Amino acid sequence: MVGQLLGDAATPGGLPLAIATYSYQGAPVLTMVSTPAWGDAQVSALDDDEVRRIRNDFPVLEQEINGKPLVYLDSGATSQNPRSVLEAEQEFYEQRNSAVHRGAHHLAVEATDSFEDARATVARFVGVQDDELIWTANATAGLNLLAYSFSNASVGQAGAEAERFALKRGDEVLVTEMEHHANLIPWQELCRRTGATLKYIPLDDAGALRLEEASRLMTARTRILAFTHTSNVLGNINPVDVLVQMAREVGALVVLDACQSAPHLPLDFKALDVDFAVFSGHKMLGPTGIGAVYGRSELLNAMPPFLTGGSMITTVTMEQARYLPAPQRFEAGTQPISQAVALAAAVNYLSETGMQRVALREAELGQRLVTGLSAIQGVRVLGPEPGEERTGLAAFDVAGVHAHDVGQYLDDLGIAVRVGHHCAQPLHRRLGLTASTRASTYLYTTSEEVDLLVEAVAKIRPYFGVTASGATS
Amino acid sequence: MSGLDSLYQQLILEHSKIRSGGDLAELPAAAAGSVGTAGSVGTAGSVGTAGSVGTGQSHQLNPICGDEITLRLSVGTAGDGQAVTEIHWNGDGCAISMASASILSEMAPGMSPASLRRTIDHFRELMRSRGKLEADEELLQDAAALAGVAKYPARVKCAMLAWVAAEDALRQAEANQGVSEAL
Ligand SMILES: Cc1ncc(COP(=O)(O)O)c(C=O)c1O
Repeated sequence: MVGQLLGDAATPGGLPLAIATYSYQGAPVLTMVSTPAWGDAQVSALDDDEVRRIRNDFPVLEQEINGKPLVYLDSGATSQNPRSVLEAEQEFYEQRNSAVHRGAHHLAVEATDSFEDARATVARFVGVQDDELIWTANATAGLNLLAYSFSNASVGQAGAEAERFALKRGDEVLVTEMEHHANLIPWQELCRRTGATLKYIPLDDAGALRLEEASRLMTARTRILAFTHTSNVLGNINPVDVLVQMAREVGALVVLDACQSAPHLPLDFKALDVDFAVFSGHKMLGPTGIGAVYGRSELLNAMPPFLTGGSMITTVTMEQARYLPAPQRFEAGTQPISQAVALAAAVNYLSETGMQRVALREAELGQRLVTGLSAIQGVRVLGPEPGEERTGLAAFDVAGVHAHDVGQYLDDLGIAVRVGHHCAQPLHRRLGLTASTRASTYLYTTSEEVDLLVEAVAKIRPYFGVTASGATS
Repeated sequence: MSGLDSLYQQLILEHSKIRSGGDLAELPAAAAGSVGTAGSVGTAGSVGTAGSVGTGQSHQLNPICGDEITLRLSVGTAGDGQAVTEIHWNGDGCAISMASASILSEMAPGMSPASLRRTIDHFRELMRSRGKLEADEELLQDAAALAGVAKYPARVKCAMLAWVAAEDALRQAEANQGVSEAL
């Protein structure tokens, strides 16, 4: 079961968008694509003129830094908001602000409708049913929700139906060596609490998952497989279908970190066939303070809650409580209502633009980045080589110049990038680094901005007096 | 001078490569039998005419960028008073943090503990001033070249790293010296 290749078809820029990057059981495995629609030859990437029009919707991009136009290449950390998102949040507060699911008055009804409409919009965006989408503060909160719900099941809190989530000594949780700390530490802690063992799928020297190892590590002891769809450092796309198939064979639950894919690729969690997935609103044109967990309906309704309190119960006595079905079961307390409404406006913006077109555009920008940067002497781009499948980001090391100094040099030119370990210390350690510089694009990034970055990076080693060999002069 | 050039002055770029005092990894580990808190190493080395010597060692980490330094400093008797006799460090980090450690290592030997403390205090004040304070060049010597860092709040921690380590190591060195004197 191998996903359709996202185009032997060349992009308008002439670069192939994807080639096989994995081999598994001796045969090459074509890299996973998120939906068959990716291969739709009718759809073209956003072009530069459209991107220029899109930029007009983003007020924050209009400013200057140090007298130079802002070049925002840090959308992988947090994205910017179009006016429609800002207006949706303001309009909610001006017209309908009220508690949801709690009152019979007019505003309460309107607020509840907006809140639930938002859920339906976001659920549709990722291909799931409304009642399968739980609001959280962000992806980190979502992953902790899962880890703590499993933990509650492990202490026998929810009876027989929650058995399937219970971990004990001898059980294993499997992650990968490329995970963001948000998809690593909650599992470390879950294992510590339950006595289970954490294992990880190692990477090869190029940063790709070693699938042979994955299949060796996946055993009857494996209860949970948690991995990222696309790495926030490498920009690769992991073969979800292959990993899900391995997990199914051993009966493990699959948790997908979709933080870096939900904003950038057309997504359908049902088609990907994962059990759970998480993402964050602020990385996909939405506000901070909102994210979501997807869970298969039958799983969510069998799983004990994490946070408990108001708004998630049916009956409460002084001794105990009964819980509502999902999603309310997992939404204790007052929810991020205006943020949900604004996130729905964000995904509407993305849908109207067209996620396939966004993804194709970013694949072009990703190739432009990796091609330009790897041509510079002393610059090593992490992750897939030029021509191999990559999302619209590139993290790189400049030999002899620390990432902080690289970032400072670029900031002086108004170019905003991320420097450091990007919350992936084990991954950096595996690649022999402590830090790197990451440029990440989005649907408002122009080709000129990528070129400006590449030109600037080419001047960094000379500026810091580093000679061609990598030694310092 | 552009903002960037005032941050990365020639002197700073040179020090970031020279890394004076950055030879701790090549030295033997400080003697066992350490006293004081974790991370501190007390020795009564360099016996002889200099009188009692105390050594302290401090490890500092900037979790934001991963800059790291381990700095060892010794205090002994010099003339009528006390002075820093040795300073060595080992670290990894950006040009600012490495240059700052190198400059400090060239300045500190021969300074009395009191004057090293005064210098550290002024340097910290300068760094936290967001560029509003003038550097006391007599006190700071080459470290005055780091004054430009004050305008970049995100980099102040980088510049301070070695100085915070020195302050901590100095405190331990003096404490350890007291111990060896009492013996
Ligand atoms: C792959 C990945 N996972 C998880 C996260 C955590 O997201 P948040 O900080 O919004 O919870 C991020 C964000 O940096 C990410 O890139």
